[in-house]
Amino acid sequence: MSEPIVTLKNVDKYFGDNHVIKDLNLDIEEGEFLTLLGPSGCGKTTILRMIAGFEDATNGTIMVQGERVEDKEAFERDVNTVFQSYALFPHMTVYDNIAYGLTVKKVPKDEIKRRVKEMLELVQLMGFEGRKPDMMSGGQKQRVAIARALINNPKVLLLDEPLGALDLQLRKQMQIELKRLQKMLNITFVYVTHDQEEAMTMSDRIAVMNGGVIEHLATPDEIYKKPKTRFVANFIGESDLFSGTIKAVEGDTAVVETELGLCKMPAEGFSTGDAVHLCVRPEVMQYSKEPVEGFSLQGKVKNLIFVGAQYRTLVTMENGYDVKINRVKQDASYQEGDVLYLHWDLEDVVGIKA
Amino acid sequence: MSDGKVTLAAGGRRAGIRGKMPIFATAGPVSFWMMIFVLLPLIYVFVISFMTRTQYGGIEYSLTLDNYKEMFDPLYLKVIWKSLKLAFFTTVICLVVGYPLAYWIASKPSKLAAKLLMLVMIPYWTSSLVRLFSINLLVMPNGLLNAFLMKLHIISEPLDILYSDGVVMLGLLVAMLPFSVLPLYSSIEKMDKSLIEASKDLGANSVTTFRKVTIPQTMPGIVGCTLLVFIPSLGMYYVPEMLGGGKVMLVGTLIKNQFLVTKNWPFGASLAILLILITLAMMWLYTRIGKLDDLEVC
Repeated sequence: MSEPIVTLKNVDKYFGDNHVIKDLNLDIEEGEFLTLLGPSGCGKTTILRMIAGFEDATNGTIMVQGERVEDKEAFERDVNTVFQSYALFPHMTVYDNIAYGLTVKKVPKDEIKRRVKEMLELVQLMGFEGRKPDMMSGGQKQRVAIARALINNPKVLLLDEPLGALDLQLRKQMQIELKRLQKMLNITFVYVTHDQEEAMTMSDRIAVMNGGVIEHLATPDEIYKKPKTRFVANFIGESDLFSGTIKAVEGDTAVVETELGLCKMPAEGFSTGDAVHLCVRPEVMQYSKEPVEGFSLQGKVKNLIFVGAQYRTLVTMENGYDVKINRVKQDASYQEGDVLYLHWDLEDVVGIKA
Repeated sequence: MSDGKVTLAAGGRRAGIRGKMPIFATAGPVSFWMMIFVLLPLIYVFVISFMTRTQYGGIEYSLTLDNYKEMFDPLYLKVIWKSLKLAFFTTVICLVVGYPLAYWIASKPSKLAAKLLMLVMIPYWTSSLVRLFSINLLVMPNGLLNAFLMKLHIISEPLDILYSDGVVMLGLLVAMLPFSVLPLYSSIEKMDKSLIEASKDLGANSVTTFRKVTIPQTMPGIVGCTLLVFIPSLGMYYVPEMLGGGKVMLVGTLIKNQFLVTKNWPFGASLAILLILITLAMMWLYTRIGKLDDLEVC
């Protein structure tokens, strides 16, 4: 693999006494779509702002294309940002907004004209040159903001929750479009969002952040199927978690002792005595009306809920916790109050070190 | 009562205020006041500016343009020109001094900013006459400034700066500075700071960013400051009176003299009309600048 285009090494950031980024390491590969995903206040935007040059790291090194950027001001860095609020210049037309980066670099007028035209075509805003930003819709402003950043041929494009202000329909449409642009131009995108679905849709890799650290950095698929931490398991999609300790390891299978009884999971990486959270996704949770061979955990159906895309069954376990089961179709064979025995296939579940 | 009902009732009351308050009860008193004490006197001034002065300082009601012609006397043209010049430089200095101050205050957290603005305003709670007298005391030949400079052997004899153009301008500056800071502050404070980041992100250094983004974005404050400083400076009469002595004659003093000393009301009135015309011209220019900004679309 070639050298990473952006590297953060042991980066710390304090705002006053507030330690917002904690000894963070991150390599961003050239041409990838990397998403920083996390709840608000997890430090994801701060990372973006440090790469852009709007904040200095308190400790550590940030490199872009193998070059340290601490001493470079924001305007000297080969990265461009698409801001959450768009930050279009209200006193300039769409043309002047898009041309801004080239104008301040004193690029010849003819070339600016040609490039702006290209950009307008790219974001499908031909004919809007003369408009002022306040005469445009949110989606159009967003496109201008993207064109204004891309015209500079940045090595890395930083996007700070760029779709946050758009309605759901438009957001989905823009997600597809952003991904298309990124593939076509082969530019590295670093994308900040708190919307996990958005992250899943677009990213090559996702860095799930919490409290100033990256909890899990992997492909969307891996993050969903094999969350590394309890936080990730809860933050990405839904999960049923069972806490316990490994009682025995038998080949590839580990036997976990929980409050609810014994159950099984893949042994990979665990040994006897380890504390573990067993993570099961609600859509792969299996059930039957009779205990099955191997293991099964007993619970009582609390209620059945239709949540739009799927049907959810809440099963109250003996310790009082509710376990979710999600299915696309409703199963009419059980009702509220019935006893169900829960179990799962080993390849569907993952253990998280507690 | 449920929450919903409370909100409804409140909403209803608000709609009631909007619907029932008649215009004469809201804008009425002020309009009446303005009519009696601003509009009527203004019309009176306009009318007498076309009248003739009698030998003993009275007004003879016969139409004439002589009062306006008299302005073109080189003596008066000089006074008008000097007034414009002083007002212009006062405005420029207020902008140059006020803008960084306003910018600095706007960069502070809002609580601190409010306190700093208070500090700017506090001196203006004292009488302007007292402040002007203190400047007078400061710069007079045996005043503090001269004593200080002579003690340091920077000068060997007192500077004769009282009653000079420079001190009059200093007085104008002192009188006008807070009025320049406030509009500038409000427009700088309102500006979206992410625009500055966007500009830097796109490769513009601080100077270019200031020129291409900050100044256009704070133009309303700059124009507001210009109008608030230039117009009063032009007509101000007590500052040149107190700091200029008889030596520095500005339009304001000239007008005052026409009314109170030489008893030539018609000429004084015509000079007042001239000031009003200059003010209107500035306002017109201001709206033109606004329009030009929109025209850039093409």
